[in-house]
Amino acid sequence: MKRRDFLQMAALGAGAIMMPGTLLGNPVPLDTPYSRLDARLNKQLADTALNAARGKGASYADVRIGRYLNQYVFTREDKVQNIVNAESFGVGIRVIANGTWGFAATDNVSKEGIAKAAEEAVAIAKANARIQTEPVKLVPVPGYGEKSWETPIERNAFEVPISEKVDLLLSANAAAMAQGANFVNNSLFMVNEQKYFASTDGSYLDQNIHRIWPTFNVTAVDAASGKFKTRGSLSAPMGMGYEYLDGRASSKIEGPAGLVLYGNHYDMKEDAVAAARQAKEMLTAKSVKPGKYDLVLEPNHLGLTIHESVGHPLELDRVLGYEANYAGTSFATLDKWKNKDFQYGSDIVNIFADKVQPHSLGAVGWDDEGVKSKQWDLIKNGKLVNYQAIRDQAHIINESESHGCCYADSWNSVQFQRMPNVSLAPGKEKYSVNDMIKDVEDGIYILGRGSYSIDQQRYNFQFGGTLFYEIKNGAVTGMINDVAYQSNTQEFWNSCNKICDKEDYRLFGTFFDGKGQPSQVSAVSHGSSTTRFNGVNVINTARNI
Amino acid sequence: MAILSKEEARQILEKVLSFASADETIVTLNGGNGGNIRYARNTVSTAGKQENTSLAVQSSYGKRSGTSTINEFDDASLQKVVKRAEEVARLAPENPEFMPALKPQQYQESKTFYQSTADIRPEDRAKVAESSIVPASASDIVAAGFLEDNAGFSSMMNSNGLFAYSQDSGLDFTVTMRSTDGTGSGWVTRDFNDFSKLNAAEASQIAIEKALQSRNPKAIEPGKYTVILEPAAAVDLLQNMLYNMDARDADEGRSFLSKQGGATKKGEKIVDERVQIYSDPFHRDVPFRTWSGDGLPQKKTSWIENGVVKNMFYDRYWAQKKGAEPVPSPSNFVMDGGNASLEDMIKDTRRGILVTRLWYIRTVDPQTLLYTGLTRDGTFYIENGKIKHPVKNFRFNESPIIMLNNLEAMGRPQRVDGNMVPPLKIRDFTFTSLSDAI
Repeated sequence: MKRRDFLQMAALGAGAIMMPGTLLGNPVPLDTPYSRLDARLNKQLADTALNAARGKGASYADVRIGRYLNQYVFTREDKVQNIVNAESFGVGIRVIANGTWGFAATDNVSKEGIAKAAEEAVAIAKANARIQTEPVKLVPVPGYGEKSWETPIERNAFEVPISEKVDLLLSANAAAMAQGANFVNNSLFMVNEQKYFASTDGSYLDQNIHRIWPTFNVTAVDAASGKFKTRGSLSAPMGMGYEYLDGRASSKIEGPAGLVLYGNHYDMKEDAVAAARQAKEMLTAKSVKPGKYDLVLEPNHLGLTIHESVGHPLELDRVLGYEANYAGTSFATLDKWKNKDFQYGSDIVNIFADKVQPHSLGAVGWDDEGVKSKQWDLIKNGKLVNYQAIRDQAHIINESESHGCCYADSWNSVQFQRMPNVSLAPGKEKYSVNDMIKDVEDGIYILGRGSYSIDQQRYNFQFGGTLFYEIKNGAVTGMINDVAYQSNTQEFWNSCNKICDKEDYRLFGTFFDGKGQPSQVSAVSHGSSTTRFNGVNVINTARNI
Repeated sequence: MAILSKEEARQILEKVLSFASADETIVTLNGGNGGNIRYARNTVSTAGKQENTSLAVQSSYGKRSGTSTINEFDDASLQKVVKRAEEVARLAPENPEFMPALKPQQYQESKTFYQSTADIRPEDRAKVAESSIVPASASDIVAAGFLEDNAGFSSMMNSNGLFAYSQDSGLDFTVTMRSTDGTGSGWVTRDFNDFSKLNAAEASQIAIEKALQSRNPKAIEPGKYTVILEPAAAVDLLQNMLYNMDARDADEGRSFLSKQGGATKKGEKIVDERVQIYSDPFHRDVPFRTWSGDGLPQKKTSWIENGVVKNMFYDRYWAQKKGAEPVPSPSNFVMDGGNASLEDMIKDTRRGILVTRLWYIRTVDPQTLLYTGLTRDGTFYIENGKIKHPVKNFRFNESPIIMLNNLEAMGRPQRVDGNMVPPLKIRDFTFTSLSDAI
């Protein structure tokens, strides 16, 4: 974390709202009525940008007029620490001039402000063209005319009264405290991206995108031993409205060891109660014996492993070296794809990318360069078959169209290739989690996200989790602690030997996938069913200081 | 909007307060301009520029607060923003941890703004990129780098008469150099307030040499090794330790500074007695704004003195509850070192590993501050005082507390990410596996 981000995050948690900054946008009043940008006005402004760019010599231009609404509710125990309503509104203009990209953004959303920014973008492109050795080549995209798309939601979270949100969080906190938790930090994040995109290709696309993420940490402290343990929520961020929090029974999944897991709807209070009990249990659970284990990985855990070991290495900009100075490059080099025989995983491993899955964080109508969203294969029967590519990269892998996974996290960030949803297809045969555990002699069942770290070419990784259960001779025997597994991507995915069926398929997600310089965040989901990996190296992470 | 002067900012803030009728009002006004250039594959990839100014008003009635912002500055807009903040404050729930606005504070000046950085043009950024790309191409190396600069102002005023203002400029430059055969990689980072201090060509050359020297690394067994962490390798673990020195977490029993029985480790020796770490916003090499976000003065503050926990940071609420002085969280940090150069430290090492940087660092256990991550962009085996050969990258699992207890030697501090950090020689640093990543 950079110092600037730390200071801003610290300010939010402490209840100091007086920090307008770039991390979250500007705070706005709680009573701001929910409203949409006017598409007609947007079209006029967009045309101003496109004409100004063309007038200065741009061969291509696109403009994004963005209004980004964020609402955050921060609570701890019986207190509301902060409620932030943030709005960020402005325009980003991207151009190609002399074969080179240029970008400028402004919060002066007037015809004059926009025209000036468009001219600046062209000036930047021209200044850099002098040292450009690889002129930009775009694959074609149809002009879609004037179209719109909205996240299909049942209940707009921005229209739910603040008091209802506060009541939900505080009641979950109280339930956890009543079960003996010492501390609860519980937050709710809601995002609404109102984006108007237009380009010189003839698209005028108006999109209204919603995301929601409830998340808590329940902590148990044993003052006598000085130990503390924290159990995070088993929720997932989703591309949904407030209906995600209705906890409807049809979305609950009965897990092993009396656990309750959640699909497309989440019961916060029930999970908080379980969290308090489990945090206390963690204080005395036995420490893992290091060695090789069969790992049974639950979807809300496995999603992060998919993200890091499959999602990132198959980003074409990483493969080509564009991210070499920050996120890194990739072991999944072009020769491995060209040869069509790189065994990324065992032959039951089928991994697909998409920007269309219902309820997912990645779902949109069009990406941030006006390409219609779709689904495509990355790994087929264990073999590497494709990457994630956008308009200026698709020609490199002989594709005639972009995959539609270009994204910018704000009007003032330049769009670039970002990870779509990347998901592991469920097993074809009927097979439940209990069936899977029955087949394990010496293993660990891991749930939820924990510590995660992977190298810059995505070979070597280490993952923790939220909860760990020992499996002995086909049965869960109890909770264990201090577990982390270390492996190598190709070795790990080739040790995948069983995947539960589609009944167990659900989405993991993250709001804060980081990439790029200046660093941008992106929200992405990863679907999977519970999956088993045989003989994975587990280390013990307990230390004394 | 341009970077406002102290008087221009004061006038706007006073005008906003003149429209207020709440019990208390706090107003902040910040703005600035920023630009960047990014390059990879020995060519420029993206570049951009942003400007933004924002005004925020926080109004309070008793323990109820509301906030509103705006980025228009005519009288009607300023009146509107105050009215909206006051409306929200009346609707908001009471915050039992609400703290009243501060009385006027005295702030000392720190030179954080340089016109040279505010004056950077697109052509200057292109030249920085060129100073990496040209020598890289000549050495059969591929450059990927990034320069980001910003210049702006921050100001704050409240209804008790507090007024704070500062200007700030800064730049971050990083470049990765990779050999064309993909077997070697080098990296360098530089950050300054003053653009005229950046010598991108000299920095790029260091990364090129590391890329060339690190080609075809040999695998050696993971395990416990003596390491020399360059300042860029040491900074993150030290920074993570400091960010976790929150008094409330320690008092609540959920920090590495919590003790059995409910007490904290304040006043106890937790690391080697040679370790001195403090924050200093007036430090010539790492100046920082002299007031924190809530208006408290940022002072020189010692965190670790002779290996002993000297201070933890307290927000105003927790300080009042505990009868302590509020201490803002660290703005920057300075770790004292010695006079030895990195070369001297290598000469004094019989067997060890030289680490350029650590990467993808994540918490494994907050109780012990155990972190994991990997070495990257130049890892070398040292034998009998000399770099013998490059080695494959390692994954580590280590705590900065254990690391600073295993301190062997410290070299001359350098600026890294706004902090002063010496190269550190550490014994028994724990590497747990090998990585094939270059």
